[in-house]
Amino acid sequence: MIRIRCPFCGERDHSEFSYGGDGSIDYPALDAPVDDWVEAVYQRENIRGVQTETWQHTSGCRQWLLVERDTMTHEIHSVRMAHEGVATLVEAGK
Amino acid sequence: MTGSRLPAGGLIDRSQKVSFSWDKKTLHGYAGDTLASALMANGETVFGRSFKYHRPRGIMSAGVEESGAIVTVGRGNRRDPNVKATTQELYNGLQASGQNAWPNVRTDFGAVNNLFSRFFSAGFYYKTFMGIPPMEWGKGTGIWMQYEKLIRKAAGMGVASREPDPDTYEHGHRFCDVLVVGAGPSGLAAAVKAAQAGLDVLLVEQDFLAGGDYLNQSSPEAAAKIKSALEALESAGATVLTRTTAFGLYDNGVAGLLERVTDHVADAAAHTPRQRFLTVRARHTILATGALERTVAFGNNDLPGIMTASAAGIYANRYGVLAGQNVVIATNNDSAYAPASTLLNAGAQVTVLDARAALSESVAGMLESKGMAVKTGSTALNASGKKGISAIETAEKNNDSWRAGSSIDCDLLLVSGGWSPVVNLLSHRGVRPVWDAANLCFVAPEHNEPVQMAGAASAVWGTSDCEESGNHAAEAAIASINSHAVAGRGNVVSGGWDAPIAPLYEVMVKGRKLKSFIDPQHDVTADDVRLAHQEGFVSVEHLKRYTTLGMATDQGKMGNIIGLALMAEALGREIPEVGTTTFRPPYTPISLGALTGRGKGAHFKPLRRTPMHDWNLANGATMTEAGLWQRPWYFARQGEGITEAYIRETITTRKTVGLVDVTSLGKIAIQGPDATELINRVYSNAFAKLPIGKARYGIMLRDDGIVMDDGTTWRFSDTDYFMTTTTAHAAKVMVWLEELLQTRWSDLKVHVTSVSEQWAGSAVAGPNSRDVLKDCVEDPNTVTNDALPFMGVIETRLKNGVPCRIARISFSGEMAYEMYVGSDYAESMMDLLWRSVQSYDGCLYGTEALGAMRIEKGHVTGVELDGRVTIDDAGLGAMASDKKSYIGSALRQRPDLNRSDRPALVGIFPKDRSETFKAGSVLCAENKMEGHGEGWITAVTHSPSLGHWIGLGYITGGYQPWNGKTVTAADPVRRGNIDVEIVSPHMVDPSGDRMRG
Repeated sequence: MIRIRCPFCGERDHSEFSYGGDGSIDYPALDAPVDDWVEAVYQRENIRGVQTETWQHTSGCRQWLLVERDTMTHEIHSVRMAHEGVATLVEAGK
Repeated sequence: MTGSRLPAGGLIDRSQKVSFSWDKKTLHGYAGDTLASALMANGETVFGRSFKYHRPRGIMSAGVEESGAIVTVGRGNRRDPNVKATTQELYNGLQASGQNAWPNVRTDFGAVNNLFSRFFSAGFYYKTFMGIPPMEWGKGTGIWMQYEKLIRKAAGMGVASREPDPDTYEHGHRFCDVLVVGAGPSGLAAAVKAAQAGLDVLLVEQDFLAGGDYLNQSSPEAAAKIKSALEALESAGATVLTRTTAFGLYDNGVAGLLERVTDHVADAAAHTPRQRFLTVRARHTILATGALERTVAFGNNDLPGIMTASAAGIYANRYGVLAGQNVVIATNNDSAYAPASTLLNAGAQVTVLDARAALSESVAGMLESKGMAVKTGSTALNASGKKGISAIETAEKNNDSWRAGSSIDCDLLLVSGGWSPVVNLLSHRGVRPVWDAANLCFVAPEHNEPVQMAGAASAVWGTSDCEESGNHAAEAAIASINSHAVAGRGNVVSGGWDAPIAPLYEVMVKGRKLKSFIDPQHDVTADDVRLAHQEGFVSVEHLKRYTTLGMATDQGKMGNIIGLALMAEALGREIPEVGTTTFRPPYTPISLGALTGRGKGAHFKPLRRTPMHDWNLANGATMTEAGLWQRPWYFARQGEGITEAYIRETITTRKTVGLVDVTSLGKIAIQGPDATELINRVYSNAFAKLPIGKARYGIMLRDDGIVMDDGTTWRFSDTDYFMTTTTAHAAKVMVWLEELLQTRWSDLKVHVTSVSEQWAGSAVAGPNSRDVLKDCVEDPNTVTNDALPFMGVIETRLKNGVPCRIARISFSGEMAYEMYVGSDYAESMMDLLWRSVQSYDGCLYGTEALGAMRIEKGHVTGVELDGRVTIDDAGLGAMASDKKSYIGSALRQRPDLNRSDRPALVGIFPKDRSETFKAGSVLCAENKMEGHGEGWITAVTHSPSLGHWIGLGYITGGYQPWNGKTVTAADPVRRGNIDVEIVSPHMVDPSGDRMRG
């Protein structure tokens, strides 16, 4: 049972969130070569330890978050907004 | 063993007589009794028959570890099998019966299995499955199914009710600073200390009374300690839940609790749930879960009248029941002397067999003062008696082994083989217990969980040491919460007996064949463990699965350690090297009803109704489920069934006009300066130049180039779009757009808003649809063919002044319009449209006719766009732009997605036009019914336009290679096989003339 501290809404139960996927992927441009897309979509690390993931606060503010989570212990190390502009605003508002 | 009620004493309320029934006999007990104590007081000895051998079984313990007195409680739709009589609270009117026996537990014909016991040894099921050597006859699943029926009948764990559960269950959530599990001496001390430090404390106790081992110590001091602790907790604002089991420990301090609200009440108030499943999030958890006394393997150690030593003490002190008159106690540790003294004081004759060579001074002194008979270097070898113990044969220490000794008559044999701390909950967290060689038990190692073990759960035996241990645990929890530091284990030294415990797991004498049980509930014997070892099972995890040791409802609470010790011995290793199996939740069984809670029936999933739901019903709709939505299925008229209704609706719509509720489609407002850019990136076809006042059909792909969804997007201004999605994928598309904008394209200035609930939608379709619109809008000139051409969009008002948006788009293949109004105006829109539609002899239609018309046209839905097909597979390749890049445009170029032999969308006719066929059939080349065939059928309908049944599906290579060939629609388990022809998916009006009107 994971609890995630949403930068907007505060600490909430994981049942309010949806898991997205690997948050470390830098998606290629739409016109990038097929190989770049194969790399981004299929070649994923299966990390034992801390990994960056995307989660969406679907039953809350609907923001996509970047969550650093330990896949062994479920410990959450950090949560920030995925949208850079919003992340900056939230940081500034603290 | 014949138990009897003592004239005085115990925590029962002798002024409150309780009447209950046992195997249809009416008996009496007192308030405060368990079913086991009351039955024992009534002289009952046999409670059930064992799983495989149907051996009589009696009470073996006084708690959750029970594996003998497993009974069925309740009747009718409230029949609950496999209830431990030792934990079932007695109440007026309780009905209980023995199980796994016919006609009853005292005379059980199934006991004949006992004579064939050698055939039922470890691995019996596996071996039977593989065939019986030497000829391996009866090999194979067919014959196994026959054996299995017989085995199921013979083996048994009670029979659950076949009727629906009439009770309600609730789910709840709680938070606390400190969760304390177990309200014994250490748990109470810990809870009081933490609560008085100002922390929010939740104390849970599985028993119906708080007190734990205090309850078993018939002394006024113990009672006073419980009372003062509960008072202190109340004044400090702590919460105490009794009848509540912490059954599992999970990540981030989450504990699963089961609160039994009315299982002890005869006639529960209708508003109370039977049980509550509570999810608790605690910052720190203290496990004061105690320890369980374990037994020893010796001959016939499962006979009624054999129980743990502590259990007999509990029955005497807490329930005022003397379990036997002529008592022998076999022990290897000091703990058995307290119950021995209790029974002696209660008037029983007591003989102690102590496996150790010498006694500690404190024990020896006590014996002298009481006049108790003790034999050292002695233990139990074999019990005898028919339906209960009548004598035991002793074993005498002979250097490192045992030799047979003398026989002693007795009606009660108490066994103490040591104590196993309840480390189960910590084990749920993945912390592997380690072997404590001094106390001969598994204990918690150093770990990083925010969990403290306290009291007997950490192998601390003495009462005052346990209290101290509880204090230490609370201090550690307080420190951890205040400083966020990981706390230590506390500093009470484990143990506490004057003389050390001696290892004693199995008693055997060379050359003697004994039936020694280590898991009485699953009838696993010491020989089964040795057999498993002989057959090559060396890991404890394999041993467990092969012999089923510890896999019954008690999860091996009493017997597991013996099994491990025997395995270690067989392997020539020590117990710590063999290790223990992993404990998993739940600690004790929990009902599926509690896990389900209220989420069943109508509450199993959310229900979505469109704003014209009532209007549809009032106008004769029969509803169907479309995902979470309720949608009109068909509108039957007098004498019609579904088939007649949808065929009429289809014909009427194609002939004149039809009206349908399409509110469930997903609707997304896309607004902002970069709205066009976003839409152009997510749709495969060109959107950059969509004029204002136009709609366009679009297809979205996933990153991997597979089709995600389709829909239309309407343009109202430079910066304002209205996107519709399929009903099924509305939420998914919304999430997808948000993901793209927030995680990939944060530079785009676009806002997406789900407006599915804000707009109510209807579709008007058919040759007269334009006339209907003219009747219903404020200005008929806004909907002429020129003003509103095919794929045109307008924002206008209905005749009644309601603002609406209309697009001329078609799913049915007819000239058709989709109209949306604010949800509150849904019924007024339908009233207006329906009056007009009726004037053209039109009809209302539902999803069945909608489906028929779209299949005729070869329009795809979610069943065709099933997450496996490319845009080309679906016959929509023309909608994939090669002039721009979009999501999926890179990966759809992969060679395998472009093979010419991929299954592609086709139409399907029955070869004999009077035949029908079914969706889900596999398409095979004629007379080649093998493998996965060549394709599959996704949708089937009767086509009123063509006058016969038609279908849509996918087949290798699409329509061309199969043109003119016979294909078999294979449906062997339902409809049978039908010969079909493959045709173009555009089966009606392929040129689209009707649609463009």
